[in-house]
Amino acid sequence: MMEGLIDIASWLLHPAHWSGPDGIPARAWEHLALSSVALLLALLVAVPLGLLIGHTRRGDLLAINLANLARAVPSYAVMVMALPLTLSLDPRNGLTIYPIAIAMVLLAIVPILVNAYTGVRDVDRELVEAARAMGCTESQVLRQVELPLAIPVIVGGIRTAAVQVVATAALGAILGYGGLGRHLIDGIARREYDRLWAGVILIAGLAILTEVLFADVQRRLTSPGLRIARTGAAAEASEPR
Amino acid sequence: MRDKPLLDWAWVFDHLDDIGGRSLQHLQLALLAVAAGLAISMAVGIIVARRPRVAAVVIGVSGILYTIPSIAAFAALVPITGLSTLTALIPLTAYTQLILIRNIVAGLTGVAPEVLETADAMGYTPRARLLRIELPLAIPLIVAGLRVASVSTIGLVTVAAIIGDNFGGLGVFINDGLRNFFPTAVYVGAVMSVLLAVLVDVAFVLLERVATPWSRLPATVVETGGA
Repeated sequence: MMEGLIDIASWLLHPAHWSGPDGIPARAWEHLALSSVALLLALLVAVPLGLLIGHTRRGDLLAINLANLARAVPSYAVMVMALPLTLSLDPRNGLTIYPIAIAMVLLAIVPILVNAYTGVRDVDRELVEAARAMGCTESQVLRQVELPLAIPVIVGGIRTAAVQVVATAALGAILGYGGLGRHLIDGIARREYDRLWAGVILIAGLAILTEVLFADVQRRLTSPGLRIARTGAAAEASEPR
Repeated sequence: MRDKPLLDWAWVFDHLDDIGGRSLQHLQLALLAVAAGLAISMAVGIIVARRPRVAAVVIGVSGILYTIPSIAAFAALVPITGLSTLTALIPLTAYTQLILIRNIVAGLTGVAPEVLETADAMGYTPRARLLRIELPLAIPLIVAGLRVASVSTIGLVTVAAIIGDNFGGLGVFINDGLRNFFPTAVYVGAVMSVLLAVLVDVAFVLLERVATPWSRLPATVVETGGA
C-alpha cells in the first residue's frame, strides 16, 4: 500500500511527466479546453430554450420527458454512436475530437435545460402577476423577475453539467483524443499502475475542483434574500432533480 | 464505420441470444449494485436521519464520491480487484449512495410531527414507529431515489465495459462496434440499455403504487390526515 502510494507520488512528481505533448499540463489543457467549449455550446442552446419553455410553459411536458429519457442514454454510447456521422463529415478528426465533443454537448444540455425550465417555472406566480400588473412587458418579466429568482437553480444545472462534461472528457482518450483520460487508458493498456492511478487522481481532482468552483459561483450569484429563503426550504431542495 | 449500413437487421436476428444474455447480465449487475446500495443507505439513512449534522457530513462525503468520474473509479480498482465483478460493483454501489441517503433522510425527516406524536401516544415503541409509520410514509421519496439511482446505474454499466468485457453487459456491444467499425452493434447496445432503464423505471412506479395503497385514496381523505 505504502509502496504503491510512493510510486504514484513519484510518477506525479517526475519532471518528465510535466513537459511535452503527453505531459500533465498539456493533457490538462486539452481536457479543460474541450470541456469549456462543450459547456459553452451547451449553455448557448440550453439556457435560452429552458428560459423560454419556463416562461411560456409551451412544450414543457415534451422537454421534461425527453430530458428524462436522455438521462438513461449512456455517455459512452452517445460518443460511439456519433462516429458514423462525424466520420462522414470529417474523415480526419471525425474519429477523435468531434464524437466526444458531440456527446459532451448533448449530455450537458440536459441538466442545464431542465434546471433553467424548472427554475423559471417555480418562481412564485404572484410575483409574476404583480410584475405584469405593474406594466412590465413579457421580456421584462423574464429578465427582471423570473431570471434573478431562478439564478440559483439555473447555476445548479450548469454546475451538474460542468462536472458531467469534465467526466465525459475523460472518455475521449478511448477515441484517441488526449485529455487526462490518456494517462488512465494508457495505464490500463500497459499495466502501468502508477500511471493509471495518477490519471485517476488527476481526473477525480479536476472533477471535484469543478464542483467546488461552481458551487462557489452558485453561492455568490444567489442574492442574500434568496439564501435565507433557501434554508427554510431545505427539505424540498433535497428532492432529486 | 464507413460504407456499412447503419442497421444490419440480419446481424440483429442472428445475435438475439447474445443480446438477451448481455441484457440479462447488464440488468443483474445494475440491480445488484442498487440492492447493495439500498441496504447500505437504509442503514446509514436511518442512523443519521435524527442527527442533521452527521447527515450533512455523510451526504457531503457521498457527494464527493458521486463527483468522481465513473471511468476513473472503475480504473482505480483494476490494480486492487483485477477484472472481477467487484471492480464494477463497488463504484456502481458507491454512486447510488448520494441519491439514496439524501432521499431516505428527506423521507424520514419529512414525516409530520403530529403523526409521530400520535404514534407515540398510541404506545408505539421507537422501533415499531420506525417500521410501521416512518418508513412506509417515506416510501414515495425512497422509490423516487431508487428510480434515479437505477437509471443512472444502468447507464454506468456500459462505461464499465471500457475496463473489461466480462462485466460490461450491453456496453460490450459498444466496444465491439467501436473495434470493428460496426454501427449496428453500437445501436443495439445503446437502445437496449435505454430500454432496460425505462423498463426498470416503470417497474418502480408500479411497485410504489402497490407499496403505498393509501396514496390511491381520494385526495381529501389524505389531506385531513396530514393537516
